[in-house]
Amino acid sequence: MKIVVLAKQVPDTRNVGPDAMTPEGTVNRAALPAVFNPEDLNALEQALRLKDQFPGSTISVVTMGLPKSAEVIREALYRGADEGYVVTDRCLGGADTLATSYTLSQAIRKIGDFDIILGGRQAIDGDTAQVGPQIAEKLGLTQVTYAEEILSVDTDARKIVIKRHIDGGVETVEAPLPLVVTVNGSAAPCRPRNAKRVMKYKNATVIAERSAEDAAKYDELIAKKPFLNITQWGASDIEADPAQIGKAGSPTNVKAVQNIVFKAKDSRTMTSSDSDVEGLIIELLNEKIIG
Amino acid sequence: MNNVFVYCEIEGTTVADVSIELLTKGRKLANTLGVQLECICAGSGLDGVEKQVMKYGVDCVHVFDADGLFPYTSNPHTALVVNLFKEEQPQICLMGATVIGRDLGPRVSSALHSGLTADCTELEIGDFDMTVGRDENNMPVKKHYEQQLYQIRPAFGGNIVATIVNPEHRPQMATVRSGVMKAEVLDENYNGKVVKHDVAKYVPETEYVVKVLERHVEAAKNNLKGAPIVVAGGYGMGSKEGFDMLFELAKVIHGEVGASRAAVDAGFCDHSLQIGQTGVTVRPKVYIACGISGAIQHVAGMKDSGIIISINNDENAPINTIADYIINGNVEEVVPKLIKYYKKNSK
Repeated sequence: MKIVVLAKQVPDTRNVGPDAMTPEGTVNRAALPAVFNPEDLNALEQALRLKDQFPGSTISVVTMGLPKSAEVIREALYRGADEGYVVTDRCLGGADTLATSYTLSQAIRKIGDFDIILGGRQAIDGDTAQVGPQIAEKLGLTQVTYAEEILSVDTDARKIVIKRHIDGGVETVEAPLPLVVTVNGSAAPCRPRNAKRVMKYKNATVIAERSAEDAAKYDELIAKKPFLNITQWGASDIEADPAQIGKAGSPTNVKAVQNIVFKAKDSRTMTSSDSDVEGLIIELLNEKIIG
Repeated sequence: MNNVFVYCEIEGTTVADVSIELLTKGRKLANTLGVQLECICAGSGLDGVEKQVMKYGVDCVHVFDADGLFPYTSNPHTALVVNLFKEEQPQICLMGATVIGRDLGPRVSSALHSGLTADCTELEIGDFDMTVGRDENNMPVKKHYEQQLYQIRPAFGGNIVATIVNPEHRPQMATVRSGVMKAEVLDENYNGKVVKHDVAKYVPETEYVVKVLERHVEAAKNNLKGAPIVVAGGYGMGSKEGFDMLFELAKVIHGEVGASRAAVDAGFCDHSLQIGQTGVTVRPKVYIACGISGAIQHVAGMKDSGIIISINNDENAPINTIADYIINGNVEEVVPKLIKYYKKNSK
């Protein structure tokens, strides 16, 4: 099978400390480590399982972001992916989910041949869950979101059976290939890195990561080991319509951003002493707030 | 044309609570804008479905009733919404931030090239000035847009609240979680109209591509949403064992147990207990926050509680600023005392 996995490098919003915002109210990116979006790893595991089941399958990982986001491609290569693509271009900045899904769908069109596109249900920096379905719509494919597990694939009949979460339950659906599948965080966790693959791919880079002085060294290395070149595409490489990418291609505008300031309420503070706690209980009971 | 639409989610033949809540919100938005409120009900066996929705002030119910529209699958529902919207040109479309709404919304927004904001906690109408260029003196040239939908949501790990607008594209789409808005019957005899559509005209046969082989839906495992007393635990409960103490407190005071995302992520309890922007929204009479620091996403899901009691050993925990009672102390010490003195003093 030809499998495409969508991955995103995200600031780790799960462990936001008090230094996450600068005094000026902007996001202090330095305080937030960049990580592989967790649910994209669940998606990668489903891809790797398909590859286990159908030897000879290839897994292509696609990301859009800064050149540094090649880190998620390397991580995916360490865990068993076959190749990676980083879509990076200054003009892609400021993209909302619609412009992002357009850009990624153009990259997938350029890759061309695929049976299934897998991605995490949502990214932890936005929690929108929009890019997967929007890519499906743009490529004219159907989708199965909130997937828990791929149960079976019939490559002759071009059908896939997937267990997915729905509100208050689960359902099992049969869908045609090719399609887009988004995977939940509760699905099987991704297998760890493979030591041999780490050795093989640790010097894999995109052009933008290589400094001018190292360029010759990398050219030599890649001439011998072409798999160390992670494909880097700009907007023109994927024939993106300038009106549909970046800020220009984004219908949503941020009108205002407010820092969170809680308004202090008239409150009573007490200690954890027996008399304070009992006093509170008696007060709440007397005022019929509880009981 | 130019009306407010709500996509009603339907389980079996019953319209979901979240959709009803959005009808009430949609009615208010429509009143502010001076337009009509319309809704879409799509499923199988929907005779009389308008009786469930009309009383919330719906001026027009669009019914799509055909085999294959229940259970929900992505393509047919996308096709009918997109094709109806091409005719009706709504200015606003609201959907539940449920599995269905989060599957359908992005597909519709992509097909119509319109903006969609997920998990809004507030929706308002207001004006917007956008910089569209620079004049000869390099001063910003602004374009003024009236009566835009402000889509308000916490963002970026809850450190900020963002207001999103979609000035140039219609419909302005937003999803909202269950319980965030409040359902209110407008008029039991509200007299809107019902339009029964020929589904085949909107949904080509080729769209029925996904088959649902098996389906299990259970009623909610807990009654968090309607509970008068909620005992919620956060990361400060320390462990699963520590968290379990809250079930005892909840049982004694006849409440339900909830949790912050941090407690769920740490594995202290089941995901279904999560309160906040990406969980359940609650409005209990009493909310007891145990070891919860109070990230904005959590606060978004409980700020309308009657009395808020915060138990925390960090006196600067953000949640304390919205609490009515603050107990400075360790939860493992305070919670057993609450149980003990409640038992002692209640009759």
